[in-house]
Amino acid sequence: MQSFRLIRPRTAQEAVSAAAQGGAASRFIAGGTTLYDLMKLNIERPGQVIDITGIGELHRIETAGEELRFGALAPMSAVATDAVVSRDHPVLAEALAKAASQQLRNMASVGGNLLQRTRCPYFRNGAGGVYPCNKREPGSGCAAIGGLDRSQAVLGTSEACTAVSPGDWPVALVAVDAGIELLGPNGPRSMPVDALYRLPGETPQHEFTLAPGEMITAITVPRRNAGRLSTYHKIRDRESYAFALASAAVVLELEGDRIAQARVALGGVATRPWRAPAAEQMLAGQRLTPELALAAGHAAFRDARAGHHNAFKLELGARTVADALIIAAERRP
Amino acid sequence: MSRNDDISAKGDPEDRNRASPQGDSTDPLSLNRRATLGIGAAMASSALSVVPLRAQSPQVTALPEGTTAIRTLVNGRPVAVTIDVRTSLLDLLRETLALTGAKKGCDHGQCGACTVHLDGRRVASCLTLAAKADGREVLTIEGLSHGDALHPMQQAFIDHDALQCGYCTPGQIMAAVACVAEGNATSRERIREYMSGSICRCGAYVGIVAAIEDAASRMGRG
Ligand SMILES: Cc1cc2nc3c(=O)[nH]c(=O)nc-3n(C[C@H](O)[C@H](O)[C@H](O)COP(=O)(O)OP(=O)(O)OC[C@H]3O[C@@H](n4cnc5c(N)ncnc54)[C@H](O)[C@@H]3O)c2cc1C
Ligand code: FES
Ligand code: FES
Repeated sequence: MQSFRLIRPRTAQEAVSAAAQGGAASRFIAGGTTLYDLMKLNIERPGQVIDITGIGELHRIETAGEELRFGALAPMSAVATDAVVSRDHPVLAEALAKAASQQLRNMASVGGNLLQRTRCPYFRNGAGGVYPCNKREPGSGCAAIGGLDRSQAVLGTSEACTAVSPGDWPVALVAVDAGIELLGPNGPRSMPVDALYRLPGETPQHEFTLAPGEMITAITVPRRNAGRLSTYHKIRDRESYAFALASAAVVLELEGDRIAQARVALGGVATRPWRAPAAEQMLAGQRLTPELALAAGHAAFRDARAGHHNAFKLELGARTVADALIIAAERRP
Repeated sequence: MSRNDDISAKGDPEDRNRASPQGDSTDPLSLNRRATLGIGAAMASSALSVVPLRAQSPQVTALPEGTTAIRTLVNGRPVAVTIDVRTSLLDLLRETLALTGAKKGCDHGQCGACTVHLDGRRVASCLTLAAKADGREVLTIEGLSHGDALHPMQQAFIDHDALQCGYCTPGQIMAAVACVAEGNATSRERIREYMSGSICRCGAYVGIVAAIEDAASRMGRG
């Protein structure tokens, strides 16, 4: 690991100023469960690390208003077990509680979570590793395409990269049209979480749309978008403590026995948190039946492209969506 | 920069963990003693460098490049060291403070062998920058017992044969104590879910779950 300058600001403004001075070699560190991990693998080589965990204002969790507001530094475990979130917003609580382990959720922040990097084994093979990776070393090639691609994405892939976007929380946030608040060298701004992510295209090294030196300060969720009739359903190789092979975030709004609106997003199968509008359209105005749920699941994967070892994700993913829809609907009081 | 400041800053540590006076040569955490034990070796063998703060002249404020000074309470004892900024909390504990209870399994947050408590919450010390322990309290397996009296969780692990090789055990026990304190030891299913971050290569899980159920009732929680 390369050495670095460690800075520990007390305010968001100090952090952003330090980032502007540090330039491209500067990184914020929150829990460090992605950044420090990748520094140990020499994949991240920052010259300056800004520890933002001392910024008290960014730890706050506010659930009283029409909008839930989570400070970027709130630990995953704190948001997952917040009384209001766990009672009224299952899709959010479950996406956090089913991610990583309690040890890691105590460390990791809900803001840093949005910026975690792929677990593609070829990417994590490390700097100077024997396998090429366009994300790690742009232009070097992709060893996953035609390689051991069981865990790779089937949606949003390109000729340059099929790496899965690994997070659970971002999938839930995309489903509920959450937003993020940012502070950068040019002041504050906000945008939908959905707009944070890029498709790999020809430049898979560019994963996020943050401007240089921009910091996430908070995540906002419109309360009514993440109601009781919701779930985050996650299928893994083992029952707990594993990344998703396929997952679905689902929120239903019912009118009588018909679906007024369904929100569906997919994880574990795509190169970015993936909204599934085709499934949502198929469900709108309908009565939910097991057959319809499965049809909607298949609709979500209509444009999917499998590699050599991951074709199972098309059917697994469709059934994950179907099960999630049934679970959410059963939460009707 | 007196090390006694650390105690007052953090409030009273529990009596059983009361810090020994500065320079007590029987205290394994005493910088004096550590200096004779292995700092030279640590410096020679790794990127880690340790500069006892007391060895610095008071006028010197600038630290060597790539280092940072931290003050923390480890098992109730104040520790003030200058460390390489890259050092993990796990390496600080094991290599610098000679507290080898926390184990290095994967060094990437995946196995739980390095689990310790930071300000009362369980964390993977391998993915925690040691610099983040500054101003905070660390509890390791070495600080869990009251002298010779084992913590109920330690005793339960013995009673239920909750180990084979024992490599994962300190991490399991620290995770388990936190699991009970969090209120996550209320059923076997919940224990399994909330202990999933601690892998046991020997597969002693049946005993581990039984031990936690047992200790939880003794600890009056869960
Ligand atoms: C063994 C293991 C298992 C895991 N399993 C799962 C899982 O099942 N599901 C899942 O979703 N995740 C999982 N994770 C990933 C984990 O959830 C993320 O690493 C974590 O959420 C990242 O948060 P952090 O605070 O530690 O981020 P850091 O590592 O501190 O930062 C991550 C990135 O974000 C940047 N950053 C951090 N905070 C900010 C900010 N406020 N503004 C701008 N930039 C910022 C950093 O510069 C860095 O690039 C796992 C991780 C490990 C190690
Ligand atoms: S050594 Fe820290 S989790 Fe494995
Ligand atoms: S007892 Fe051997 S790894 Fe758990």
